[in-house]
Parts: sequence; C-alpha cells; structure tokens
Amino acid sequence: MTDLLALTALEAHEAMAAGDLDAAEYTAAWRQAAAGDELNAYLWQDRAGEEVGAIAVAEARTAPVAVKDIFCTEGVPTTAGSRILEGYRPPYTSTAVRRLLEAGAPVLGKTNMDEFAMGSSNENSAYGPVLNPWDRERVPGGSSGGSAAVVAGGLAPWSIGTDTGGSIRQPAAFCGIVGLKPTYGAISRYGMIAFASSLDQCGPLTRTVKDAALLLGLLQGRDPLDSTSVGIEGGVSLPGREDLGGLRFGVPAELAGDDLDPGVREVFEATLRKIEELGGEIAEVSLPNSEHGISAYYVIAPAEASSNLARYDGVRYGIRAGGDGDLIEMYETTRSEGFGPEVKRRIMLGTYALSSGYYDAYYGQAQKVRTRIAQDFDGAFAEVDFVVTPTAPSVAFKQGEKSDDPLAMYLNDFFTVPMSLAGIPAISIPAGLAAPEGGGPQLPVGFQIAAPAFAEQRLLDAAHALEQGIGFDARPEGGSDG
Amino acid sequence: MIDRDQVLHVARLARLRLSDEDVETMVGELSGILEHVDRIGSLDLEGVEPTSHVVALENVLRADVPWQSLPRDAALASAPEPEKGAFRVPSPQAE
Repeated sequence: MTDLLALTALEAHEAMAAGDLDAAEYTAAWRQAAAGDELNAYLWQDRAGEEVGAIAVAEARTAPVAVKDIFCTEGVPTTAGSRILEGYRPPYTSTAVRRLLEAGAPVLGKTNMDEFAMGSSNENSAYGPVLNPWDRERVPGGSSGGSAAVVAGGLAPWSIGTDTGGSIRQPAAFCGIVGLKPTYGAISRYGMIAFASSLDQCGPLTRTVKDAALLLGLLQGRDPLDSTSVGIEGGVSLPGREDLGGLRFGVPAELAGDDLDPGVREVFEATLRKIEELGGEIAEVSLPNSEHGISAYYVIAPAEASSNLARYDGVRYGIRAGGDGDLIEMYETTRSEGFGPEVKRRIMLGTYALSSGYYDAYYGQAQKVRTRIAQDFDGAFAEVDFVVTPTAPSVAFKQGEKSDDPLAMYLNDFFTVPMSLAGIPAISIPAGLAAPEGGGPQLPVGFQIAAPAFAEQRLLDAAHALEQGIGFDARPEGGSDG
Repeated sequence: MIDRDQVLHVARLARLRLSDEDVETMVGELSGILEHVDRIGSLDLEGVEPTSHVVALENVLRADVPWQSLPRDAALASAPEPEKGAFRVPSPQAE
C-alpha cells in the first residue's frame, strides 16, 4: 500500500497507461489515506457508498485529485469555506473539474480553504483551520491551505487550488510542495466561485514540477463558458531540461525586502548560487512599482469581491436567516450571520473604495498602479528570462500569530501579489528548510519563479531543472508517502 | 481615516448589520489598512491608462443557437424557500 502512495502522480499516470498499475487499487489506496485526515484538510470526501452521481468516474485513468472547495461540483457539497453556503450542492460542475473527470481523474474530496479564498493562513475557514503537516501548531498558508496540506501530508497525490494574490504559491511554500499560478486566462474560471474576477486563476499543487506540468496540461484550454479563457497555445508538455545554461534570472532590487526572515534569505541566496551552478545567470532587475502591489491589490481585490459577493442574499442558494421583517432585514441578517469577519472586512473595504467620492482616489488609482506594475515586468523581461523572489517573507507562522492584525497578514503576500496584478505565471518550488524566527523545528522555504504571460512551458522547464539541482526531499514526519 | 458614521454608511450599502463592537473594530482595522493603501494616493499617475483586465481579448462571434439551460427544478433545488416554481422572499415593504 505504502509503495503505491510513494509514486508521483506522473509515475502512476504512466503506469496506468502502460497497464502496470491497477487504477482501482491505486484509487482505493488514496481514498483510504484521505480518510485518515487529521489536519482538517478535507471538508468532504468521496467515501465508499456516497452518491456522487455527476462527478463519478467509471474508470480511473490518472491519479485522483483533491479539489479546493471553491470549485462547483454537481450534487456534491461546495461551501467555499463559508457558513453562508453550508449545505449547498451546486446544479452544475466547474469546467476545471469537468476536464479532470473527462481525463479519468476521480475526485478524492473537497479541501478546506479560507472563506471565499480570502486569507493567507486558512484561519478564516468557517469550518476550522487546516493544520500544517510539518508542525500542527502552524498554519499551512492560504487560501488553498487544504489543497497544500493534503499533498504535503500524504492525503492526496495532487490537488487543485485557486490563486488571486498568492493563494496557491504561498501555501505550497509553507507546506514544502510545488504550486503553480498559471497566466490569467490559461484555465477556465467557469464554476469557480468568484472572489476577484480579474485576478482569480486555477492552478495545480503537486509534489513535483513534472506533476504540475501534467495537471496543467489537463486543466488548460479555452472554454466557451468563460469568455476570458484563452488556454495555452501549443498545450503543455512534460519538462525534461536538466540545466539552466543560457537563461537569465532577474532578482528585483525592490523586492530584496528588509522584512525577510534570515533563514528564508539564506535559502534564497543558496538557490541563486544553485542556479549559477546549473549554468544560469543572475542579474538585478528593477520593479519600482512592485512595492505598491499590496496597496493596489487590497483595493482592487476587495472592490471586485464586494461586487461578486452581493449575490449571497439568502434568496437562490445557501442559508437564509431572519425574514420576520422586510426584505432588507432578511438580506442583512443572512449576510451578517453567514459571512465571517475577514469577508465582512473585505466587503466593507471594497464597498468603501467603490463608493461615491472615493472611486477615483482608490479604485481608479489602483488600476493605474496595476498598469505600472505590468509595465515594470515587461521591462524586466526585456532583459531576463525569469524574475525570482522568495515566495513568502517567512516560513509557516503559528496559528493566531497574525490573526489579530489584518494588515500584517496582508503584507505576507508582498512577493506574490505583483505577478497576480500583472496576470503572469509564477511557480513556487521547495528550495530548502529554515528554522522559524523564535526557534523550533525546520520548515520548508519556497522559491518563486515568474515568467512572461503564457510562457508556462519555459517556466516549467526551468523550474524542473532547478528542482532536480536542489534535490529537496524532506517530508513532514508522519507523512504516509514513505 | 474612516469614522464611525462612514463605517455605518458603508455597512448599509453592503447590506451588513454590524454590532456596536463590530463598528469599533472595523473603524480601527479599516483605518489601519487605508493608511497603508493611501500611499498610492500620492503617486503621480497622470496619463497612465487604468488596467481592468490583463489579457488582450478580441471579440469572437458564434452562431446564436439555443441550447439547454438549467431546468427550473434544478435551479430551485438549492433555494432556502422555493414556492410555486419561484423564489419566495419577504415583502420589500416594511409592515
């Protein structure tokens, strides 16, 4: 059994295709592993006997996948981590999940997340926090914390999540796995519960870069049901590159960051040396507007969220509360009881930024900063092939450490938000271990690589070569992947 | 930065009801966040085009053919209070 779970998703995929692996036995082994979840990482699992109708896969042809609870799955609970959608069973399936089902990937379960993907620690879930498999007193990151924890904790071979300002990359870094945010438009957003529509993007969380390439290949493509989807021209093939000769990696001077933990800085610098050993070249680039990324992001994302979340009003789906008074009373009672504190905070922030008299000063100005940030990346990519940064300024922090200070939590997204605003692809790969500030066992550190829009293939090729060079093979204790 | 009255006004716009304690917390937290965000207010961005969407898109046309839509009972299945094939809501008129 343990041997089966030790296979990477790609190895299992290829073994099934060759007839060397019994797909049913392999899937059953993962269902059994998932059932042992002690991390609160799953909100729902496909257990034997459960009626899953529309999302059932008759014959598995690839590894089963854990799906962030933000993706609609027909007939199967979908809450987006919110009380307001408790008990909701959507009448249709998101395109991303449908493509996986069509590729023969059974859904193992739905993973816990920060409510409506708003958060960097998974402490904002209405269904309790996800625990980090490396240290259960620490957060797994967020908002795709459940999707990261299941892969790191040996509860799924791979998973999908969503990234709006770092929600795939940061939890991947905190859990010591690979997380890819593709170019905006690479994967359909149809049936993916909307947070900030101009930023939200689906992507894979995996053990290896090759697994990420395989999963991206299954997910990507134009979808008539999402008019902003374009797919990746030429598709995605498995990366095979073993060196970084002739490639230039830019380190942004502005993101060098005084607020970087010393342990993270050490791993980051060691990774730069590894790039040089592999034949790559390190150069300094300038992203002068990226320091304003957090400010622009925390106007644009809440503004879009305040509009998107207007639909939760107790009429068509989800819970209804109140109703003894008039319609407005019902709306207000439902929303006040259904939404958690962080979601209310962002709705308030976004509503304020869009309100009469403030629109130009906040939303208009933030959209111009966004243009500048995208132009900065264009300038950098004229000189280098990739831009590299640490994924997060620290290793996984303790539960409760930042939850009383929303601004401190937001600043944790410092390195990931600029790429989201520019819409470009970025991957986080595990680069080493570092002790947390204040001491304790060593925890994983993520290394972020960003590329120009739709350059996923080059990004995956380089990330794979670097991954092989680094040779990161640490696993959390008690992980079942042997 | 943002005061109690503004918080109450915005909460009304957003259809959120806040307790007195929530209002106090929100005044402090939103003010702290806005103070950080306000740094972009001083940037000179005269003449910069705003970005609302990052991918260059062009219109495409398709034939206007009817296809299946969600059956009514499926659309109503998740409603808290469906009635007679419709969504029932409280009266918009206060009694």
